[in-house]
Parts: sequence; structure tokens; C-alpha cells
Amino acid sequence: MTESLIVFSVLSLISVAGGLGVVFSRNVIHATFLLLVSLMGVAGIFLLLLAEFLALVQVLIYGGAITIVVLFVIMLTKSEEFQSLVDNRQKPIAFLISIALFVVMTFAAISADNGNTVRATLKFSDLGDSLFTDWAIPFEVASLVLLVALIGAIVISKQGEEE
Amino acid sequence: MSLVHFQILSAALFSIGLYGVLARRSAVLILLSIELMLNAVNINLIAFSAYTESLASTGQVIAIFVITVAAAEVGLALAIIINLFRSKGSVDIDEIDVMRW
Repeated sequence: MTESLIVFSVLSLISVAGGLGVVFSRNVIHATFLLLVSLMGVAGIFLLLLAEFLALVQVLIYGGAITIVVLFVIMLTKSEEFQSLVDNRQKPIAFLISIALFVVMTFAAISADNGNTVRATLKFSDLGDSLFTDWAIPFEVASLVLLVALIGAIVISKQGEEE
Repeated sequence: MSLVHFQILSAALFSIGLYGVLARRSAVLILLSIELMLNAVNINLIAFSAYTESLASTGQVIAIFVITVAAAEVGLALAIIINLFRSKGSVDIDEIDVMRW
């Protein structure tokens, strides 16, 4: 049990440090790469929770797709414009709100702790089975959402081009 | 190691993302912070499903849907950002007020 706690500490340190880097970095490109670091830490956390498929999907979609697309957009727009854009004047109150939210959620989690350390394992095939039987209709709706988003993204980025 | 550890990590990531959404001015950086918040939600979903015997697959399936919606959201939001940059020459959200009045 202590080994997994050490692994958990390292992975959560990576993801929290990456997240802080995203939020406090002054360079958008650095922020994007730090987001990738943070999300790979989260993929490790998924492995620790015995969710191998989710870890794989996390690496593929966030590492392979989302980070690359965000980098493309940063390269397509003016990069010197981004350097001057850092924080707005809500910064102090945003800091206070986030700290308060963290304290409240941590307190709620600790007070509701039942000390259960038994973890259920889920077989890869059971996940697929559940996805295509119990969740078949939401699954189809999700594919429709992706199709609509794809068409919408093309239409919206075309619109600006004509003007 | 129990559920509390994962809940506290999730709370930390969510608060960091919330700070980013509230304090940043660039639309791309706000998008990155939203991704952090969605990942915090995913950690919570998977941790709860792992520690609850009867919900073993539900949390993971919902996490897959969250990732799907996140991918769709990133595609659309980046298209909107490109369009805004073309028409306004800026991605500063303080200057984007065309839909306010």
C-alpha cells in the first residue's frame, strides 16, 4: 500500500505542478506544453485507479490531438499578441475564490471519508460490453455530437475567411 | 490509500483551473484551464467508480463521454477563436463584447 502512495504522490505532484504552470506561465506555448505534462500525470493517476483504457485514451486524445490543435491555433494567430495578454484585474478575487473552493471541497471530502480502501477492478471487455449495451444510445449521441462539432468548426472557421 | 486522496487531488486541479478561467485574459489560456477542470472531474468520476463496487463501469463510461465532449468543445472553441482573431485582430476576452448588448 505504501508503494502506491508514493506513486500517487509523485503523479499528483506532476499534475498539480503542471496545472500551476498552465495558470501562472507568461508564455502561451509554455502553458500548452505544461498542460500536456499535467494531463500525462492525470493519465498516470488513471492507471493507478486501474482504468487502463481511460489512461490510453487520455494519452491519445490529449497528448496526440488537443495539445497539437491548440499549438496549431497559437501558431496561426499572432504570437506576440499573446505575450502581452496575461492576467486581468479580477486576479486577487479569483485567487481568493479558488482557495476558498479548494478548502471547502477538501473539508467536505475529509469529513465524508469512510476509510474504504477496497478497489474494484474492471475488465477491459466488461467496459466495452457496458458501453455497447447499457450505454448504446448515449454512445450514438456522442458520435453525433462529434459530427456536429466537426461540421460546426469547419463552418465557423470558413465564415471569417470570406469577410 | 483511499478515495480522499483522489478527491483532494481533483479539488486542487479544479481550483487551479477555476483560477485560470477567472484570471486569464487570453481566450486560448482560458480554454486550457477548462481542460484542467474537465480532467479534475474525470479523476473524481473514475475514483468514485473504482471505490464503489456496484458502479464499476458507470464512472469510466461517463468519463469517456466527458473526454468526447471535451474534444468537441476544443475543436469548436478554437474555430471561434480563429474567427474572432480574423474579425477583431485580438483574442483578448475583455475586448470581445459584441454579444453583450
